[in-house]
Amino acid sequence: MDSDLNAMAGNAAMTPEHIAGEEPGPGPGASGGWGRLRPAMRWESGLVVVVIVIAIMGSALSPEFLTANNFFNLGLNTGEIAIMALPMALIIISGEIDLSVESTLGMSSAVLGVLWADHWPMLAIFAVVAVVGVLAGAVNGLLVTRVGLPSLAVTIGTLALYRGIALILLGPRTVANFPAFYTNAGTTAIPHTDLPWSIGIFIVLAVIFAIVLHATPFGRSIYAMGDNAEAATFAGLRVKRVKTSLFVISGLASALAGVLYTFRLNTAVQDNGTGLSLDVVAIVLLAGVSIFGGKGSIGGVFLAVLAFAGLQNALLLTNFNQEATGLVTGGLLLISVFVPNAAMFVRYLRQAARRATRRLPSEPALSMPRRDT
Amino acid sequence: MTATLAPPREPGSPASASSRRLAERVFRVREFGIVAVLIVFVAITAAIQPRFLSITNIQFVLVDATIFALLALGETIVVISRNVDLSVGSVLGISAFLTAQLASQAHGLPLPLVFLAGLGIGLGFGAINGLLVSLGRVPSLVVTLATLYIIRGLDVLIVGGSQVVPSSYYPSFLTISKATVGGIPDLAIVVAVVIAVGAYCLRSFRSGRELYAIGSNPDAARLAGIPMGRRIFTAFALSGAIAGVAGVLWASRYGTVDSTAGTSYELQVIAAVVVGGVAIFGGSGSVVGAAIGALLLQTINSALYVLGVSPDWDQAIAGFLLLLAIVLDRFISLRLTASLRRRSARRGQ
Repeated sequence: MDSDLNAMAGNAAMTPEHIAGEEPGPGPGASGGWGRLRPAMRWESGLVVVVIVIAIMGSALSPEFLTANNFFNLGLNTGEIAIMALPMALIIISGEIDLSVESTLGMSSAVLGVLWADHWPMLAIFAVVAVVGVLAGAVNGLLVTRVGLPSLAVTIGTLALYRGIALILLGPRTVANFPAFYTNAGTTAIPHTDLPWSIGIFIVLAVIFAIVLHATPFGRSIYAMGDNAEAATFAGLRVKRVKTSLFVISGLASALAGVLYTFRLNTAVQDNGTGLSLDVVAIVLLAGVSIFGGKGSIGGVFLAVLAFAGLQNALLLTNFNQEATGLVTGGLLLISVFVPNAAMFVRYLRQAARRATRRLPSEPALSMPRRDT
Repeated sequence: MTATLAPPREPGSPASASSRRLAERVFRVREFGIVAVLIVFVAITAAIQPRFLSITNIQFVLVDATIFALLALGETIVVISRNVDLSVGSVLGISAFLTAQLASQAHGLPLPLVFLAGLGIGLGFGAINGLLVSLGRVPSLVVTLATLYIIRGLDVLIVGGSQVVPSSYYPSFLTISKATVGGIPDLAIVVAVVIAVGAYCLRSFRSGRELYAIGSNPDAARLAGIPMGRRIFTAFALSGAIAGVAGVLWASRYGTVDSTAGTSYELQVIAAVVVGGVAIFGGSGSVVGAAIGALLLQTINSALYVLGVSPDWDQAIAGFLLLLAIVLDRFISLRLTASLRRRSARRGQ
């Protein structure tokens, strides 16, 4: 049960990655860095087009769309989700998933609120919140790697557990009146720029994550275990240790997001961040990260954050019912998994036609070539 | 998770072998553990607060648990086939609102038609999920995550800020969840029958067994000639249809319905299914187990309330139990595999 999501993927099947397999590209063993990057680059160029289309549509819909002020608002509402998307990308690339991030965010927010109400010094609170995040991630990671449980089930469990701890800590209480120094940081721009602090932090983190993922042995090993955890283990990679550390990083990032969230709204309440996990997963999948693991890039995540934020914001400006933006997020998500499959399907139909087989067009769908694993 | 361990053939004296086999059977049944937990839990709660076993309270728990168990039934069918349906909460929500509106505006409409409407709405969305997963060959986690958003978005667009209030229904709609036969809620009886039928179909029908086969090993199932696309499509369609019916019950039970009905219910349903011993990666588990899992989670909620524990503790305890259930399940299946291997090795000598 090492690569749970691979197992879950067993009977559904095609992702962008499989399209790459169609090219006469280099085999997995012979591939150099660039050979591997090629299919990913193509996904990202598609995303660039999407972002541009959204920008054009947005500015056509409202003259305010491409203003600095609007960019600021756009970033403000996306910062925490974007920060959590980075470790989520790594986790999904490694073949696991973490649905508990929103509750880790909520739990950190609750700890922050409770300790502040108890007049703790802010720096000590930050230390405690960081420890809470690390512990939350470690529990996930150890249950997944050492006990050998599917991460989907574990993190659904901790999703409830961590939110439950936030409920116990805070109850119906609301803690507000955080010091202005911090709440200002939550709602104002970094001096001399139009970027909110959370987006600034996201950009710095994105650079670090990109370097780690794409240019270090640690990062490359994440791809290897996402492709085939067993092979990675036999190749001497510390699969369990790496995966555990990814969950810990995710916990820590979610705790950071919790602090930012609390300061932005100047409130710690029990339901802070409810429902964000699925947004985070949606962004990561939109980024071209394969739910089966082994594929994706931080550049894609960056573009997906832009697309996601731009779309939400464009809808907001057009007075679209704000609660219904899920309609568009969901649509985008579906398109992002179907476009590669449709291309595959069309190519398959064309081949089938060339072979002049007498199959009905609906039938081949069930006998498309499959990736051998 | 090793799915179904074939019981080893025991040569030797028939009497001791059969009794041992019986004991083995009882302990190997996954539902056994959870029923034990349920009984212990009810006993402890009732010892502290006898009011917990009052007729009204039991009726309350049963009615709440039936909606939950119904959803767990649908989810189990999907999970057994190594898929997952995250959209049940949204389907329940939209079906609850539309049928509630139907019940409050068309007063002459016979009740079965309202249920049929709920069923149809759910079936439609379930069929879309099924088509996308089986024909589109996209992982169900992604598809149903997307439809979770999309259906909820549709719901919000349709509902807007409005809500349906209980006073606007015709009276018989609200009494669906209150009618009893000999003290047992009608709903509980009907749902128990539905679950029994579901359990029988999954156990004994060819198509039911094929779902387990697909879940245990999709590649082998394909090679064995099982029509995977059709089976998976059916599983999703059923799950959707059940969620649609659950939506009608939800509207009848809670009365007030707005655009948030059933939000994030899907994770609770999956929790119930997993607590009930259904392996999250398919191939193993039963509908009855999932239903008992739902009953257990609902009982815990109610027990905490009766015991005067703040409802703030509900979620932490539910989460903890879910983790405990999967950890225990893991250890039991590991122990079982090990002991079976040891025994067959001994016999081999």
